[in-house]
Amino acid sequence: MATQQRPLSPHLQIYAKQITSTMSILHRMTGIVNALGVLVLAWWLVALASGGEAYAQFLAVAGSLPGQVALFGFAATLVYHLLNGVRHLVWDMGLGFEIPQVYRSGYTVIALAVVFTGLLWYAGLSVGGAA
Amino acid sequence: MSRLRHPWAVARGLGSAKEGVAHWWAQRVSAAALLFLVPWFVITAVSLVGVDHANARAFLAEPLNATLMLAFVLSVTWHARLGLQVVVEDYIHTPWLEVALQLLVKFAYALAALASVVAIGRIAFTA
Repeated sequence: MATQQRPLSPHLQIYAKQITSTMSILHRMTGIVNALGVLVLAWWLVALASGGEAYAQFLAVAGSLPGQVALFGFAATLVYHLLNGVRHLVWDMGLGFEIPQVYRSGYTVIALAVVFTGLLWYAGLSVGGAA
Repeated sequence: MSRLRHPWAVARGLGSAKEGVAHWWAQRVSAAALLFLVPWFVITAVSLVGVDHANARAFLAEPLNATLMLAFVLSVTWHARLGLQVVVEDYIHTPWLEVALQLLVKFAYALAALASVVAIGRIAFTA
């Protein structure tokens, strides 16, 4: 049987970028980063339980420049994943599937994520004594 | 003899259905718990920045705080493990590497959960 010249679905490289697909892959990527943050959380708790010296060691790493970049990064990924997670839970209830609704909820999540991440960074900088 | 067996007995447990919706549901249940626990944790974490060891420990030794931290740690390790499992399933197609990574994910997050529980227990019970 001869192979027919049928249309192929577009490959990722030539697929027009859309907010829907971008937010979907961002949800995965922030989830993976958050999962790494869980290991840092375990380290923090173990250090806190182990004693002053272990805790000082943790604080030294967390307070270093790469440590702070990581912590502020975790704040952003956690906020995004949580807010977009709400969007997913609403979808799981069978709501909000109309395309205009999907776009509206998407932009809402992005706006709220920026606001909450900003607030969290400001709070972190304030208690950290930098702002 | 085998023809006396109902086809279900042969088919059950095979195919794509295997575990049904258990994984999917567990991810949503842990997500629902984290909806409440993450805001608590974030506020707690920010409030503990710059707090010395003794005071941070004393804060977590409070029964309510220790309970919520336990709930958060157990929910988040569960949620992270389930999520990473799907990521490995979706993107890693080399059989030995997939098995190795799945084991690594399971062990790492089981250990993280156990270590966190031991740590919180030690803080709560030796305050």
